[in-house]
Amino acid sequence: MESGPTLFGETALTRRKQRTEAVAKHVFFAMALAMIIPLALIIGYLVVKAWPALSIDFLLDPPLRGMKAGGIWPALLGTIYLVIVSLAVAAPIGVLAAVYLNEYAKDNWFNRVINLAVINLAGVPSIVHALFGLGAFVLAAKFGKSIIAASLTLAVMTLPVIIASTREALAAVPRPFREACWNVGATRWQTIQSVVLPNSISGILTGIILQVSRAAGETAPIMFTGALFFKAVERGDLFAYSLTDQCMALSMHLYVISTQVPGVPEALPYATAVVLLGAVLLVNITAISLRIHMRARKKW
Amino acid sequence: MLARTGRRKPSTRSVWVVWIETAFEWVIRLCGISAILFVLGIFYFVFSKAAPIFFESEFSIAEFLFSTQWYPTSEVNVRYGVLALIVGTLSVTLLSMLIAVPFGLGAAIFVSEFCGPKLKESLKIVIELLAAIPSVVWGFIGLTVMKTIIEKTTGAEMGLNVLNGGIILALMSVPIIVSIGEDALKAVPDSYREAGIALGATRWQLVYRVLLPAAKTGLLAAVLLGVGRAIGETMAVLMATGHAVNIPGSLVDPVRTLTATIAAELGEAPEGANHYRVLFMVGVLLFTITFIINITADLVIRGIRRK
Repeated sequence: MESGPTLFGETALTRRKQRTEAVAKHVFFAMALAMIIPLALIIGYLVVKAWPALSIDFLLDPPLRGMKAGGIWPALLGTIYLVIVSLAVAAPIGVLAAVYLNEYAKDNWFNRVINLAVINLAGVPSIVHALFGLGAFVLAAKFGKSIIAASLTLAVMTLPVIIASTREALAAVPRPFREACWNVGATRWQTIQSVVLPNSISGILTGIILQVSRAAGETAPIMFTGALFFKAVERGDLFAYSLTDQCMALSMHLYVISTQVPGVPEALPYATAVVLLGAVLLVNITAISLRIHMRARKKW
Repeated sequence: MLARTGRRKPSTRSVWVVWIETAFEWVIRLCGISAILFVLGIFYFVFSKAAPIFFESEFSIAEFLFSTQWYPTSEVNVRYGVLALIVGTLSVTLLSMLIAVPFGLGAAIFVSEFCGPKLKESLKIVIELLAAIPSVVWGFIGLTVMKTIIEKTTGAEMGLNVLNGGIILALMSVPIIVSIGEDALKAVPDSYREAGIALGATRWQLVYRVLLPAAKTGLLAAVLLGVGRAIGETMAVLMATGHAVNIPGSLVDPVRTLTATIAAELGEAPEGANHYRVLFMVGVLLFTITFIINITADLVIRGIRRK
């Protein structure tokens, strides 16, 4: 303590500490940025490359001249069909599964097994889901390669997304809400229906929206269960596919025109990638804004 | 309990309503166990398509796992050895983890310990958006942008290789590592931090001496889930790794992974042929690998929670 008057002043030790502190902070900041900035640049580059081809006509026209010109309408429409059908299957099952796990299940070994199953379902590689879809829906259930088989495959694959976010939303409803309802004589289901679900609806919606984005982007699970290379569809025709038809899909179309078809003008795959990326990010941003909005309005 | 006491009084609800409600609760239970049914279903359907191959003279499990010769469509010399594909998967996964783990954990530490609430919120949103980018778009980025960059910087004649796939997979698995890693750091009780600060530790000393040791199992789980994602990824590696069945000698050698092989060949394999069954066998192998990884990660996470 030779520096008595400057007891709380700078010593060599504190200076060194501050220096390492600053270095550490900046290094970690750089690491966080290192994954964001290159990506921003890449996306910017994709948009620039895609720009000449992007237009309303690109969205509404079918591919022409062996996919070397024209637009992406059949693929866009196919993706919409796949998403809607898979959502119609996955949303009720996923939400009810989450209701079971959060409201009915007791903490025993059986429910631990269910949890493990959910985690594993989320971790199974997408191509294994494709094999499953092929074996179960295309062949065993005899749907053939069709929108229905592909959508069911997507539904199984995206189920964990809905289960996880619905559970989170249900768990966020305080327990006293339920107790108050039970105390006036309501049954478990009446409580869920009139108190738990209305108070968690926006969280559940967020999960459903995330399912949409996931289902729209997947390629591998639909490759062998219902997506096909090309199908002639009139410009802007909304009802071009029936559930037992095979369809084109945006993700599959991007794969096909960037790897399987030689001589496609450069802007076309870029534009397809940008449309797919834009749609998925837009859906996710919707989910995020909904979540932020909901958090700001939360009354408890 | 409460419901039961309510039932003793004469109910004002009609029998039908009560009956429908009971039925509906059974539907809920059924949905609850659906995840188990689906996981069992995945195993059953994939394995049952693969199983007949065990009775074929062309196939032996030892050759399948330990031979590097993959000639599934050869007329005279059919060989179903997936070792080169396993090595391909492992090399791309390993490289991606070498990149993604330090960056992912670094970013997780920054998000959890070093930044203010506003920046934290925006970084978490960006990470969530990163995780949402479809794998086929990643593959397209590998096929176009990354390929050009690699050809220009390394002088390799073919930009689709281990390096390309590794970088793409790293970018894809960073978000999951960041978000699980951040959860792990958040799970360390604040009293640990307060004790450290009271002793005069800086943030860095706190991270290095207190938080990393305390959160190490959770961070391990984050890395495991990243590995699981990287091994299971299909479209991105299909498009970015150059598609040659090959044990890579350097970073710029093309490889092919297990997942990409299924995606590339299933369409051409006639249904019920040996080739077709072997591809389902590869599916069984992938399912087993990711199953083990996911169970381990879950046990690790559960271990922390119990503590």
